[in-house]
Amino acid sequence: MKEKLHQLKLKYQGKKMAPAFNALHTFLYTPNETTHSGSHVRGADDLKRTMNTVILALVPCLLFGMFNAGYQHYSAINGFPESFSLFNDFLTWDNFLVGITTVLPLVIVSYGIGLGIEFLFAVIKGHEVEEGYLVTGMLVPLIIPVDTPLWMLAIAVAFGVVIGKEVFGGTGMNILNPALTIRAFLFFAYPTWMSGDKVWVHEAVERAGTADAISGETVLGSLAQGSDYSYSLADMFFGFIPGSVGETSTLLIILGGLFLIFSKIASWRIMVSAVIGALAMGLIFNGIIDAGWLPEYSKFYALMSFPYWQHLLVGGLAFGIVFMATDPVTGSQTNKGKWYYGFFIGFLSVMIRVFNPGYPEGVFLAILLMNVFAPTIDHYVVRGNIKKRLKRFKTATIYPKSSDEVELKTETA
Amino acid sequence: MALLSKKDANLIKDPLADNNPITIQVLGICSALAITAELKASVVMAISVLFVLGVGNVVISLIRNIIPAKIRIIVQLVVVASLVIIVDQVLKAFAYELSKTLSVFVGLIITNCIIMGRFEAFALGNGPWKSFLDGIGNALGYGVILVIVGFFRELLGSGTLFGMKVLGDPVSKTGLYSIGYENNGFMIIPPAALIVVGIIIWVQRSRNRALIEEA
Repeated sequence: MKEKLHQLKLKYQGKKMAPAFNALHTFLYTPNETTHSGSHVRGADDLKRTMNTVILALVPCLLFGMFNAGYQHYSAINGFPESFSLFNDFLTWDNFLVGITTVLPLVIVSYGIGLGIEFLFAVIKGHEVEEGYLVTGMLVPLIIPVDTPLWMLAIAVAFGVVIGKEVFGGTGMNILNPALTIRAFLFFAYPTWMSGDKVWVHEAVERAGTADAISGETVLGSLAQGSDYSYSLADMFFGFIPGSVGETSTLLIILGGLFLIFSKIASWRIMVSAVIGALAMGLIFNGIIDAGWLPEYSKFYALMSFPYWQHLLVGGLAFGIVFMATDPVTGSQTNKGKWYYGFFIGFLSVMIRVFNPGYPEGVFLAILLMNVFAPTIDHYVVRGNIKKRLKRFKTATIYPKSSDEVELKTETA
Repeated sequence: MALLSKKDANLIKDPLADNNPITIQVLGICSALAITAELKASVVMAISVLFVLGVGNVVISLIRNIIPAKIRIIVQLVVVASLVIIVDQVLKAFAYELSKTLSVFVGLIITNCIIMGRFEAFALGNGPWKSFLDGIGNALGYGVILVIVGFFRELLGSGTLFGMKVLGDPVSKTGLYSIGYENNGFMIIPPAALIVVGIIIWVQRSRNRALIEEA
């Protein structure tokens, strides 16, 4: 089989559809050609392995998201179980059935449209199909509400891949994270499907206005309205709360993050500094409340008095920090830059959350904003380094070599 | 084209495509972003600029030999400002609602780079007839892009064209809306115009690769 594929590849080399064939071929099999010259560092993993590692880290979140979709759906109808048991209430076939019928189409549309466009561009431009969409296609269904209409997702994916990535030259050249571009497009194009208390629970939109109406407000949504939420800390940490498909379970996100750190795919500097940034902003807000500077009737009171570390448990902050901010293409490249980049992502996320009632969640905006600033941060880090070295060079005593004098003489002569 | 010599005809044809003021020279972007959410506003804006640029070019061309070079910018401003005031008054008299939609952007035609650009680059060095054709051509080139952008933004953003509900009624769910279609709120906000103009530039340059600038 493998040999035959290699022969087929040689036969169709240079043909118009060759990139499409090669993409499928190398997805399943290691290609038989090796680098002969030029490169000196040869890793066993190529871009596809890197991407697949990230997808592996995302799979727990996806599976959890499927169960949670069902759990939220049935809990909204029947009420939350009195005494929660993981196997009787959460990991049930009923829940999974709801999850797979709502989440799987999102995944299929995301991959179908996105990869379709990638193939199209590869064939038109005559280059190999790039692997970048493998991760984006998995991230997209995880960061949108379960009931997002499929045609909206299709349009958003087409927009995100073409305008967010292909116009800049494809994978590796984009300045904005494509998955977040897709989410931002959905958010601005169809705001009624991306926020409010109806979109986070399966079927809530269809049932609105009928006798069977159900709703599920996210923790942040409740806080923004100044009302109480009924979820315990454990619910928030393990993820039994309404929210975008894959973003709710902080525990599984942490596990995925550790996996990415140990496989050296994602930068731990960005993750750590983003957490620090979020905590710092949360502490500032808590400090303002403690100092009594803000009256209780202020619309920001509920969000500002939310304990600083709990910001990391709700909404998409943890997911964004681990899987989106660490995108190696759109993030900062220098180690020092990564600290600044991550810090501001955490800092701004919490700030947008609290101050902008129009956007109950600010993580995607914060990351997109810092994507834009990442090259600037790198620029100043590199310049700072050059300055430091020049200074060291000036103060250093350099003993002239005898050969230097000889050269000088020949120049003046 | 018996009416115009080939050279004169090119004065009108060039700015329509290969030397378009918006997509090639990238001038006049601000108004293209601001007023293209509705097709009607785009058309009125295009006509206003057509009038100002056509007449203005002729006026400048007629007095080009008596304008002292040192104060030519001020003279140009006086001419364009007078013409814009005429347009503004006419709009207020006959299309008051529309003039409120266009608001400050009619006044801002004065600062539209296309107009000053044509005065400086063409009318100051050419006769009135040629200047007139050049002005008309550039204004049409500007207008074409405005109308294209306005068409897509109004159709996708509001589901209407010239205010008519061409895709059905979003409230009573008729036409496309009955199968779950929804208006794209993104197209209403000004950044969408930037993206639509960008796509036009992309399409135009991939059709005619000679237009691609060297990096």
